[in-house]
Amino acid sequence: MSNIPENLKYTSDHEWARIEGNKAVVGITDHAQNTLGDVVYVELPKVGRKVAKGEAFGTVESVKAVSELFSPLSGTITKINEELTGEPELLNTDTYSDGWIIEIELSDTKELAELLDAAAYAKLLQNG
Amino acid sequence: MTRRTPLNEAHRALGARMVDFAGWDMPVQYSSVIAEHEAVRNSVGLFDVSHMGEVEFAGPGALETVNGLISNDLARIADGQAVYAGLLNEQGGFVDDVVAYRFSPERILICVNASNRDKDFAWMKAHARGVAPVDRGDEYAQIAVQGPKAAGLVQRLTKTDTSKIGTYRFAEGEVAGVRCIISRTGYTGEDGFELYCAPDGAVALWNALLDAGQQDGVKPCGLGCRDSLRTEMKYALYGNDIDDTHTALEAGLGWIVKLDKAAFIGKDALVAQKAAGVKRKLVGLELTGAGIPRHGYPILKEGVRVGEVTSGTMGPSVKKPIGIGYVPTELAAEGSTFDVEIRGRAVPAVVVKTPFLKKP
Repeated sequence: MSNIPENLKYTSDHEWARIEGNKAVVGITDHAQNTLGDVVYVELPKVGRKVAKGEAFGTVESVKAVSELFSPLSGTITKINEELTGEPELLNTDTYSDGWIIEIELSDTKELAELLDAAAYAKLLQNG
Repeated sequence: MTRRTPLNEAHRALGARMVDFAGWDMPVQYSSVIAEHEAVRNSVGLFDVSHMGEVEFAGPGALETVNGLISNDLARIADGQAVYAGLLNEQGGFVDDVVAYRFSPERILICVNASNRDKDFAWMKAHARGVAPVDRGDEYAQIAVQGPKAAGLVQRLTKTDTSKIGTYRFAEGEVAGVRCIISRTGYTGEDGFELYCAPDGAVALWNALLDAGQQDGVKPCGLGCRDSLRTEMKYALYGNDIDDTHTALEAGLGWIVKLDKAAFIGKDALVAQKAAGVKRKLVGLELTGAGIPRHGYPILKEGVRVGEVTSGTMGPSVKKPIGIGYVPTELAAEGSTFDVEIRGRAVPAVVVKTPFLKKP
C-alpha cells in the first residue's frame, strides 16, 4: 500500500504539495516513486522560473524510464532541491521529506481548492 | 491475448511487477532494478526467459540447412557447442539474432527472440533449403542463472560436472531432478547457465534454484536489470540496436559473420558492403554532461543530426550514463565527441571503448 500523508495535497499526476502560507513545497508521491523504480537522475528547473499549473517543470529518470514532472500549482519557483543532483535516490528513500523537488511561490491561491486531499488521492489510486 | 510462461504464478507470488513484453506477461522487477542488477554482478540472479522461442532442424543435412540461414558457421564448432549468429535478410540486415546449438550435424536447435518468434519461424520455413524447421517453442521453458555464484549453485543441484561445460558449450542432464539442456550462455556479461526444460518442470526447477541459492543471496530478476546488464556489456538488443535496416557489419558484429563459408542469406550484400566500406557504426558512448541517453535520442555533430541512440541507461555497475548508437564511421573512433539531444538540450558525449564494464 502506498504511503499517503494526511497533511499534504495531491494531483492526479502523482505529485504532492505541502502548503506553507503562500508557498508550496512539491515532490512526487510514494506511488510515483514506487512505479518509477530506482531513480537515477532528476532534471531540475531554474530558480525564478514561472510555472503554470499542469506545466512540465522537470523530469525524473529511473534506470528504465523517463517521467515528466508537472507543477501542481501556478507561481514562481523559489527553491530547488539541489541535493537531488548528487542523491536522486532520495526520491525513493524519502520522497515526502528530503526528496522534495521544488518550492513555488503561489500566484493564484484559488487553485488550491482543485488539489486532492489524501482520501481523494487514495481513492484515485484504488480506482487505478 | 497475452501469453504466460509456466512461471507466471511464481512471479506473482514473489511480488513481481508484471509488464507486457512482446505479447508476454513478464516480470520487469521484483524488488528494485539496481538490487537485482547488483545480485547478478556480485552473486547470482534468476531470470525466466521461457518466452524465448526454439526452432529445431532434425535429420540428415540439418547442419548444412541451418548454415545456409545463419551468418556464423556451425561447421567450425563441435557437437555440444553453440554459436551466436545472425539470421540476415538479403541486404545483410537482421531478421533476428539467435543462438544455434549443435547437438549433432543432424540436430540443430535455434533459440530466437520472443518478439520475433513467429516471424523467424515463417522466414526459416520459407528459406530453408533441405531440412524443414519445427517450432519447439511450446516444448521448452528456460531459466537463466547468471552471476559469479551461478556455477556453484547449479553444480549443487546436478550430477553433471559443470566445470566441463565451457563457455558457449552445453550438456544434457538433470538439474534438481528436472531434465535440462545445461548451456553455459547468457546475456549479462557474467558467468552462468541457461537451463532449458519441459514447461511442466519449470516451477520445480525455479523453486529449487531459489532455495539452494539462499546461501548465495540469489534474487529473482526481471527484464529491467536484464536490460541494464546487457547494455553495460554493449550486447545488442533486437529492435533497439539491431534490426532489418542495420547490417551486421554496421552493428560491429562482423565476428559472427563468416564471409569465407559457403553461401548464406545476406552474404553477398555484406561482401559488397565490406569492399565499399561501412558507412556507419554502432558505438558505445558516455555522456560527459548531465542526463541519460535513451533509445531514439538524436546524436548531433555541430548541431546537425548524424545518428541516433539505440539503447541507453544509467549503468548501475559502471555508475555512468551510457548509451549505444549509430554514428558515421568517421565519428566512430574512441574519443570522438558529439552531442546527444535530450529534450531539446545538447548534452556532450564521447565515444568510449566497450564493453562499458571493465572486468578485473
